[in-house]
Amino acid sequence: MRPKVMEEVEALRGVNSVKIKEAHEAGKKVVGMYCVFSPQEIALAADAISVTLCGTTQEPIEEAEKKLPRNLCPLIKSSYGFAITDKCPYFYFSDVLLAETTCDGKKKMYELMAELKPMHVMNLPQTAEGELALTMWENEMVRFKNFLEKELGVEITEEKLRNAIKLMNRERDAMKRLHKLNAYKPAPLTGMDMMLAQWLKGFNVDKEAGIELIERLIEEVEERIKEGKFAFDEKAPRILLTGCPVGSGSEKVIRILEESGASVVALENCTGYKGLDIMVDEEKDPITALAEKYLKTPCSCMTPNNSRMDLIKRLAEEYEVDGVVDLTWQACHTYNIESYFVRNFVKDELNLPFLQIETDYSDSDLGQIKVRVEAFLETISSTVNA
Amino acid sequence: MISIGIDVGSVAAKIAAYDGEKIIATGLLPTGWSPKGVGEQLLKEILQKTNTPKNKIKSIVGTGYGRVSLPFVDKKVTEITCHGKGAYYIDPNIRTVIDIGGQDSKVIKLNNEGMVVDFLMNDKCAAGTGRFLQVMANALEVDIDDLSPLATGAEPSNISSMCTVFAESEVVSLVAEGTPKENIAAGLLHSVCNKTYSLVSRIGIEDKVFFSGGVSRNEKLKELLQEKLGISILSTEESQFLGAIGAAIIGY
Repeated sequence: MRPKVMEEVEALRGVNSVKIKEAHEAGKKVVGMYCVFSPQEIALAADAISVTLCGTTQEPIEEAEKKLPRNLCPLIKSSYGFAITDKCPYFYFSDVLLAETTCDGKKKMYELMAELKPMHVMNLPQTAEGELALTMWENEMVRFKNFLEKELGVEITEEKLRNAIKLMNRERDAMKRLHKLNAYKPAPLTGMDMMLAQWLKGFNVDKEAGIELIERLIEEVEERIKEGKFAFDEKAPRILLTGCPVGSGSEKVIRILEESGASVVALENCTGYKGLDIMVDEEKDPITALAEKYLKTPCSCMTPNNSRMDLIKRLAEEYEVDGVVDLTWQACHTYNIESYFVRNFVKDELNLPFLQIETDYSDSDLGQIKVRVEAFLETISSTVNA
Repeated sequence: MISIGIDVGSVAAKIAAYDGEKIIATGLLPTGWSPKGVGEQLLKEILQKTNTPKNKIKSIVGTGYGRVSLPFVDKKVTEITCHGKGAYYIDPNIRTVIDIGGQDSKVIKLNNEGMVVDFLMNDKCAAGTGRFLQVMANALEVDIDDLSPLATGAEPSNISSMCTVFAESEVVSLVAEGTPKENIAAGLLHSVCNKTYSLVSRIGIEDKVFFSGGVSRNEKLKELLQEKLGISILSTEESQFLGAIGAAIIGY
């Protein structure tokens, strides 16, 4: 049985789309963003609402393909499709958009999207190494701050920035503690529920209410652990999912894994744990602290991206996983190429079974994915039993 | 007591019976439109052939794409695990299985106990599969079984498209230009060989190598693969039955 609070978490989708409308009508400004590199703190310090924008379902892709190439990653096509079809309430109520030069596909898609709403593009360095990269990124933080001050007619003070940093650190801390509950053996939450809770946090119009809800969920799950109520039994193979972001509508690989008997215990991706790992330093100058935190995000758009391997290793050990699945979206060049290193690292360094699944948001390959996943799990159980 | 393995593929359905020591019978039928019907038919036939009453069946294991459509099986196991078990039965020294079937091509790595340690499959596309050869044979108006003898000794045409749809138009153009069918057939087998080679290279090859699946009956392709990989490849009469054999063994 599912924890009761999960129903409230799931209901956030409806609640937030109403709240965003109300907030807009009350004159609140909304900053829409897409990425784990987006410094939400700066938007919050501008007294605006920062929300994640939609991009995880198949539905608007057909419309997007009227302007974008077909062989582009589904996340980019879905994001643009939602924007042009007005099907995402968060996009609809956004006053300004924040974008970053992460991968080539997103960067160029944003040029098309900028025709729809005022957009600020942060120039993300392609590497986290070297002082120059950090200086440049710090400068980008300032540029974004200046953009918001001008666009929204507000002043972003240091005090407001510090408060926003504290608020977001509290959210990160709560989401991190939630994620860590699944380090327990057997896992108390399904990977599907964990994905949902982690993904939905991005749409929270009221951050405080969101944190309070997650605290209640953690409490209930801790109680359930004491009572011996778990999502899976002890024999379920424990899987670490890495790779591209996953949200509601693009969860098919998690679903197939768990329907086939696995327990997805850790989500290394950027809709899961990746952005929670490092907190923003509350002592340093806020802009410097923000630049440092966000630049350290181990995304495949960075070169080199060795810290992703470190994170996979830490999570694999801490969550005692039996196998690693790397989910890469079709035409996501950075994650697809990096999968070569992830495969070697997982097999040679961690000595764990590894499976890469390259797919899109459609249901056309469910059969093929099922065979791969089932065979992968058979491989794991045969090694575990032997 | 015997156990039965049924492998319902996209093109052919295979069955094997195992008595605890050896495979005592096999059978094959085109899958057609009803995986369930063909499974029942194969089961009936093999029980007659081996004179087995129903109460002497230890268990029935289903594999292949049609495994989910067989209501009478005791267990369902993926074709990857089954191919591993089947290969171990044929020769315990096999470490790599190259399987090319109707809609899948896969490379499976085994350890010295016949357990799968890694595998790779083609993406959702017919390139380098039996389906690819079937479509091309149709375009050439020859039987799929004739591709190998046709290609033998011929100068291969260059077929650059891996995609079945584009390659078919390439074949049609070559035919229109008056290119001999022999050369086109040789070109097609080279194309499948290259696609397989890249799949094998991704996972790494280890001796001994076994070639299974319906496409393994193509002698010329086997020869091309051996040349390209620089390693000798084993295939036997049981090649097409490998999944069914493995399933039967798992069921015992």
